[in-house]
Formats: sequence, structure tokens, C-alpha cells
Amino acid sequence: MSEPYAIVIGLEVHVQLLTASKLFCGCSTKFGAPPNTQTCPICTGMPGTLPVMNRRAFELALQAAVALDCQIAPFTKWDRKQYYYPDLPKGYQISQYDLPFSHGGHLTISDAKGRFEAKQVGIIRVHLEEDAGKSVHDEQAGEADSRIDLNRAGTPLLEIVSQPDMRSPAEAKAYLDELKLLLVYLGVSDCNMQEGSLRVDANVNLHIAGAGGEKIATPIVEVKNMNSFRAVERALAYEADRQFEVWRETGRKLGDVPKQTRGWDDAADITRGQRHKEESSDYRYFPDPDLVPVTVSAKQVEEVRAALGELPAALRRRLETTYGITPYDSDVLVNQGQELVTYYVELAEASGDGKMAANWVQQDVLRTLNEQGASIGAFPIRPPQLAELLQKVRAGEVDTTRGREVFAAMLASGRSAAEAMRALGIEQVDESQLVELCRQLVAANPKLVADVKAGKLQAAGAFIGQAKKLNANVNPNRVREICLELIAKG
Amino acid sequence: MSVLELSARRLLDEMAAGRLTAVEVTQAYLDQIGRHDRDVGAFLRVDAEGAIAKASDVDERRRAGRPVGRLGGVPVAVKDILASRGELVTCASRTLEHFRAPYDATVIAKLKAADAVLIGRTNLDEFAMGGSTENSALQTTRNPWDLSRIPGGSSGGSAAAVAARMAPLAIGTDTGGSIREPAGLCGVTGMKPTYGVVSRFGLVAFASSLDQVGPLATSAEDAALLLEAIAGHDRADSTSVDAPVPPYSEWIGQPLEDLTLGLVREHFGPGLDAEVERAVREAVRVYESLGAKVKEVSLPHSKYCVATYYIIAPCEASSNLARYDGAHYGHRTDEKAMLAERDAERRHLESSGETAAVDELDTALVRMYRRSRSEGFGAEVKRRIMLGTYALSAGYYDAYYLKALKVRRLIRRDFDKAFDDVDLIAGPTTAAPAFKIGEKVDDPLAMYLVDLYTVSANLAGIGGISIPCGFTAAGLPIGLQLQAPPLEEDRLLRAAHMFQQATDWHTRRPPL
Ligand SMILES: [Zn+2]
Repeated sequence: MSEPYAIVIGLEVHVQLLTASKLFCGCSTKFGAPPNTQTCPICTGMPGTLPVMNRRAFELALQAAVALDCQIAPFTKWDRKQYYYPDLPKGYQISQYDLPFSHGGHLTISDAKGRFEAKQVGIIRVHLEEDAGKSVHDEQAGEADSRIDLNRAGTPLLEIVSQPDMRSPAEAKAYLDELKLLLVYLGVSDCNMQEGSLRVDANVNLHIAGAGGEKIATPIVEVKNMNSFRAVERALAYEADRQFEVWRETGRKLGDVPKQTRGWDDAADITRGQRHKEESSDYRYFPDPDLVPVTVSAKQVEEVRAALGELPAALRRRLETTYGITPYDSDVLVNQGQELVTYYVELAEASGDGKMAANWVQQDVLRTLNEQGASIGAFPIRPPQLAELLQKVRAGEVDTTRGREVFAAMLASGRSAAEAMRALGIEQVDESQLVELCRQLVAANPKLVADVKAGKLQAAGAFIGQAKKLNANVNPNRVREICLELIAKG
Repeated sequence: MSVLELSARRLLDEMAAGRLTAVEVTQAYLDQIGRHDRDVGAFLRVDAEGAIAKASDVDERRRAGRPVGRLGGVPVAVKDILASRGELVTCASRTLEHFRAPYDATVIAKLKAADAVLIGRTNLDEFAMGGSTENSALQTTRNPWDLSRIPGGSSGGSAAAVAARMAPLAIGTDTGGSIREPAGLCGVTGMKPTYGVVSRFGLVAFASSLDQVGPLATSAEDAALLLEAIAGHDRADSTSVDAPVPPYSEWIGQPLEDLTLGLVREHFGPGLDAEVERAVREAVRVYESLGAKVKEVSLPHSKYCVATYYIIAPCEASSNLARYDGAHYGHRTDEKAMLAERDAERRHLESSGETAAVDELDTALVRMYRRSRSEGFGAEVKRRIMLGTYALSAGYYDAYYLKALKVRRLIRRDFDKAFDDVDLIAGPTTAAPAFKIGEKVDDPLAMYLVDLYTVSANLAGIGGISIPCGFTAAGLPIGLQLQAPPLEEDRLLRAAHMFQQATDWHTRRPPL
């Protein structure tokens, strides 16, 4: 690192759980419904209503925490976090304060491009809470006119708090990518940032090497309003520069000023200080008397662990060892999600060539999916059909370039590889026919023959071009081989 | 015999036998309300039309031989703190004066299913905070035995309604004594069941870990009938007890054998009114005459009960009442007046050069909260919100709330120990009979001591019942409180019934 400081980053991630209903009532959690249509007396905080915990939400939360190697508390309770806001109808949020259901886990991050060493990022705690509603503000001249949508109020939310273990924006992004991948693999959350089902706040400061070699920490800043992982990366890079400048100007260290909250302005590419009251907020947490504590046995934890299935990190290793692909390839495949990996594995098995399968999936299948904005589940060429094409390419029945044409034809027509090849007029050229064609070419090109004899082997390439003009189906490698043979004999 | 003199049990029998109709019964009670409630003020609203409609429906079904619920045709008055779909539930507060609940409380749903005739809504201390019903923002309720005196509270309307025979049965709620204390002061039978026996779903919360719904009636037998109808596990209330409901009313006639009563040493100290003490000791002798043994027991932490209660209850209340902020429902301050007030303050500050103070002016939102809440809540509710907010604040939590929770466990342990030796604890419901309206309004601490003998059951989560056991020379009712181990509602009711078989205090009617 060329900067005269280390950047220290901790992330607080909120993800909505993929439950059908809310955390403490039966309302749907589906995104995008007309405002306030997914509400009931409970999630609107009507007087007299009581919350009842959604077991499914707790199960999903357990899965996430176990997958993050967290310790699961045998006894956990619900606390009320109290503050006034119009999108919080009860005047408190049901959350977990001093006894979260899990703590002390970690997530391993690495970079396929090698920008940083693989490392473990500590997880301080993972807890479950209810989401608030949404306020839509229309503030004019100090007069607030707000509309409130409580559809989201009560949606189960997992809060995952990391240790300040990340040392670069790239590491922070890798952590977010890996966390999202894990949660999506588990089916715990769809982690859709656009729909707000994943939200990130960052705590960031600098450790600057002082003149005497001592470590100087700058004040910690909390950055909010980042609406993509790219935005997180940019906001953190911006904050590092900004904090260093501020330190050079003011010399302010950690503890000199209260913790500041800044919002990321994506359009302006800067963070801005957010107005807030000087005194730190007192949420007056206390145990929610309407809910009973939840106990979790060691046996339950083991059952959850056993049912987790293969997680992304293990899956990458398996693909590398079983199919001989590179960490880069396994990273690309696994990061696309479980369905694509299943597709790849079926293709690798059926074609008998894992590396070739990885190339075709990454280049041809993924490109098509991206172009069409489609998902692998709906992709019309299934692994057995694609495997047939790959085998023909491998057997030299069709070269890679024409193979792509076949692929396009299969995609357009729904035909099998053999049918598509026939339709394209691709057929294997008989060996004796091929030798005759090469003989004609050698005879007709004395200049090229002389070049080859003089050691310019690349001149043989010209024979391939001419052969293809005469018969598009010739195997270029065989043409080259036969021509060289004939010249050597001749 | 007039309808008003019949127990709920008898009314059901008479209606089943076709000697009385539900409409006749309902009309008799409506007439009684018409005669006396102008003086007593027990009801906030009487639903004469709805009651008669329900009664006619029950009569029709009875005549046609179709099924009728277990309380078919019996009028029940309900404390105005339980939600009933489409109807007002005011909690006797300005803040909810016009609030209609969009759903039924579980207790209300059960009463409707039991074909009870919901005759009207009774007055209470605002949000059930108080022991005299004087904290109602809507109305004064008077003790039917002496109209210059309080009926007790917070279920004062329900107790007064039953005492004046304006309803044979009533629903109350008890957070620190709010069923038993008014029952004692009004000379009726009132029971707070074990925490969790009756669902709290739809009960507008005061202090969630202490609140419990219970019956008021003229006898233990009728209380059993009502409890049976409203008790039971409810999946909508995570704190409700998952156990079958015993057939209280069937078993009530079986006397308890080898009964041992405990008298709490700490309950008979200074502060206990001499007439009350005499009546309670006499009641204990009645039990002895019925074969009971009497033992003295100690609840060493009872002197901390009121202090503990006045930490825990306000803490929970401060949180439960946070939702009345004017944003979603309940009273909202007049927006124009609010903004005008803010503008005037701003102009004043600007003209006096206090620009820094202008920045400190609260936002329109915060001012809306502040004004809505200060206009909507009465003094006692505000006092408790402030107490609770303070006690839960950073730096005070451990010293107050956490310590109170620890003492609460010790109080429960006291009871567990005592119940190793005795089956029931007997003592006074209150230290003194009903006081004069207005007598203690300026002395909140004296008011809080009204709960002295009752709060412990809420803190310990156990059941308690108050039954009439005599009168003062001035003719004011005196209550005997019985307390039982958790889930021993059956024992409480049978013990109360034994006493009522041997005495007639519960049959006395106020001289209205
Ligand atoms: Zn809901």
C-alpha cells in the first residue's frame, strides 16, 4: 500500500429474510405491493395487539449464523429499541440487544484477481429484528408532509455486524460479495439491494503511522446511504482520502470528536455530513414483555449445521479438485449461484471435460444469459445437448469457431448439435478427400511450399484458409498436418 | 324474585327452562342502568340496541332448539380497554376518545362466541392507571354504597356496575390490584387469574408483564362461570398459558378438605384500618369453623412490593404508550395551531436576536408528537410515562429496572416458600374502605399505597380473589383477599364459594 495509512473498515449489513410472512404477524413480505396493503392490526401497532414470533424466520436466521460459524446462544430474548419515528408505529422496534441469538463467527474472503491475500473477517454478532416501514418525504420550507407505507414494517431483518477487519475498499466489497453469495446459497435472503432487502452501513477510520512510528487513529465515521456494492467501494475510498486530509488539516484523533454519520451522495461521488443531535441517542432498551425467550439446544444447532448443504467456499474447492479448473474459473461459476453450478457440473460430467465445460459456460452460456437477461433455469440448451456439441468439438468433428455457430443455431432452433450441424451443412470430410484437397493445394502453391521448407512453418496457415474456402467443413488442424506431411515427403 | 336478584347461574337455568327470556333479562338490566347510572356513572357507553338485538337472537335460537353459547343471554359489562371490532375503545383517555378498534380482543371474541350480551362499556382510570377511577378523562364513577366515595380502580366502572346490579357479570383488568381493589371497595367478587390464564390479545397494554383480564360478579360461582368463558390458551398471545381450562363452575360446589390458610404477618401491621382488620379476622374464623387450619406465614419482601411495582409498571407503560404519538391513530394536535405556535416562537427569538435558539427549535414532527401527547394524556399517565422513561434511561437501568426485576424474583420466591406450608393466603384486599372522591388526588404516593396488598400477586404472577367479608359501621364494604399458587384458580374459587355458602355479605345490595 502506497498510502501513509491503513484504512480500517467494519460493516453492518441488514438483510431481509425470505419468509412468506412477517416476523411477528401473518402479513405477506412480498415487495412492491400498493402502500399499506400488506398490513394488519399487529404490524401497524394497533393498541392491544401482541407479537408472536415467526418460527421460520428464526430457523433461517439460525442457518445464516451457523453458516457464518457463529456461536449460537442457548437462550436468547427480544428487546425493545425505543425511538420515535413515523415509520415505527409502536414507538419501538423489536430487536435483540444484550443477548443476540448468535455471536463470534467469521467469513473468509479472497480475491481471484490476487489484489489481496485471503483472510478471515470476524463477525461480532448476528441478530434478528423487525424492519420499520418507509417514509416518503416531501419537505418544503420546514413543513414536513410525509407519507408512510407500513408494508415493510415487521419484515424479518438479520443484522450482521463484522469486526473492523477489512483494510481496503476492495476487501469490503469482497466481504459483501461473499456474504451475499452465502445468504443467497442458503436461501436465507435474496439480498436484492434495489428492493432494499440488503442494506450496508460502514464504519471507517484510518490508522496513520506517526512521526515516531506510533499508530494514530482518526475519528470513526459511519457511512450510510450506499445503494450498491460499487457505491460502498467508492464511498470508502473517498472517506479514506477525506479523513486523511482532515487529519492533516486538524490533527483530530479518535475520541476528539463524537462519532460522525455521513451519507454517500452517489451522483456527486462524495460523502456529506448528516445533521444529527449532539447527544448520542438513548434507545432505552429493555426486554419485550410480550414475547417469551427462545431456547436453542446443541442438538438443534447440529441439525441446522447438517442440513446446510455445501456452502460456496467448499463448493469452489470441490469444482477445482474434481474438474481441474482454476480458482478464477470456480470463483466465476460459484458466484453465479447454485443453479449455474448445477448446470456446469452436469455439463462437465456429460462432456467428460471440466475445463472445456468451464470455458463454454463462462463464454457462451453466460454471455447469452447476460444478453437476454435470462436465468439459467430457462436456458433452452440443457447440459446433455451442450455436452454433445462439446464432444464433437473435442473429437475434431467441428472446430471451435464453427462450434459457436452450431451453438447459436441450437439456441435459435432448439435442434440438437447433430441436427444443427446438418442444417449448417457441417459434416466431417472423408480422410481421402481431405488428402486429395491438400495435394491440390500443395501443387498449386510452390511459393508457400518453399517458405515452409525454408522453416517458415506459419506459412502453412495459408493452406488452411484456402482449404476452408474450398470446403468449409475441413478440420483446420488436419489440413495443416497433411500439408506439412506432403511438403516434407515432396 | 326480581331478575336483578338472580345470579348469572340462575339466569341461565331460568332461560334454559323457558321461564325467562334473554330480552327480559337484558331489559331488566337496561332499566336498572337507566334508574341508577346517572348517579353511579359506571358506564361510559350503554349499547341498548345491540344488547337487545343479541338477546333476541339468543331467544330465537333457544326457541328453535338451536345451540346457544355458555353465557347465552347473560348481560356482561366490559371495561373500556378491550378491543371490539368496529367499536370505540377509549381506555378513558382523551387520546383514544374516538378510536375504533379494527379487530376483536380474544376475550371479546370468546364472549361473543359464548353468546353473552355485551351491554356496555365501563369506566376506568385512564389506561388502567390508578386505584380510584378518578383518573378517567371522561367521567366520574361513584361508589354505589356511598356516592361521595370512590369505587376503587382501575376497574371501578365494572365493580360499581356489578355492585349496583346494573350487570350480573363484568370484565375487569388487574395490573396491580385493579380488579380486586374495586371489588373489595364495592362489595363484589373480583378475581385476577394467574398471569397467562386469560389472553391479553386485544387488551390495550398498560404493563404487559403484569396485566391480566378477570371476572367480576356477585358471587364466586358466577365469577367461575365467566372465567370459564374467557380463559384458555391463545396462540395470539405468546405469554398465554398452554393448559386446558378446568370446568371451574362444575367443580365449585366441592368444598376444599384439609384447607390450610396462611395469614401474612406483614399484612397486619400499622396502617391497617381497625374495622377492616376485625372483619378479616372474623372471616378467617368462618374458615376455621368450616374446618380450615390457620398458619402465620411471612413474605419478607412484601415491604418492597409497591416500590418494585412502581418501577416495573411505569417502565413497561412508558414503552407501551409510546405508540400514541398522533402519527397513526389517537389524538393528533391541531396542525395549524401547532405551526402558528412554532412560527410565533421563531419570530420572537429572531426579533430578540437569539439566533442560536432558533436552530434549537424542535421540528414540526417533534412538536406534533409533543403537543399530541401532552394534550392526549392525563396527569397520572404522564407521571408514569416520565417515571418509566427515567428508570429505563442509560445509567439508571441497572439501578432501577434491573434491580426491580431481581426483587420481583425474590417476591415470587417468598410466595413459593409460603405455599409450601399453606394452600391459600388470606388477608385484607385493601388497608381501608373506600375514601372520598378527591381526597387523595393531590397525593400520588398515598394513592399508590392503595395497592399495598394486591400488587404482590401481579409481581409474582399468581392468582387472587377479593370477596365481600363485612361492612364498616358507616356501611362501606370490606374485602377479603385470597391468593393461591400459580394456576390454582379452581382452589381460589372453591374456597371463595365455601365462604359465600356460609355467609351472606355478598348478597347485600347498596342502598341506591
Ligand atoms: Zn401484519
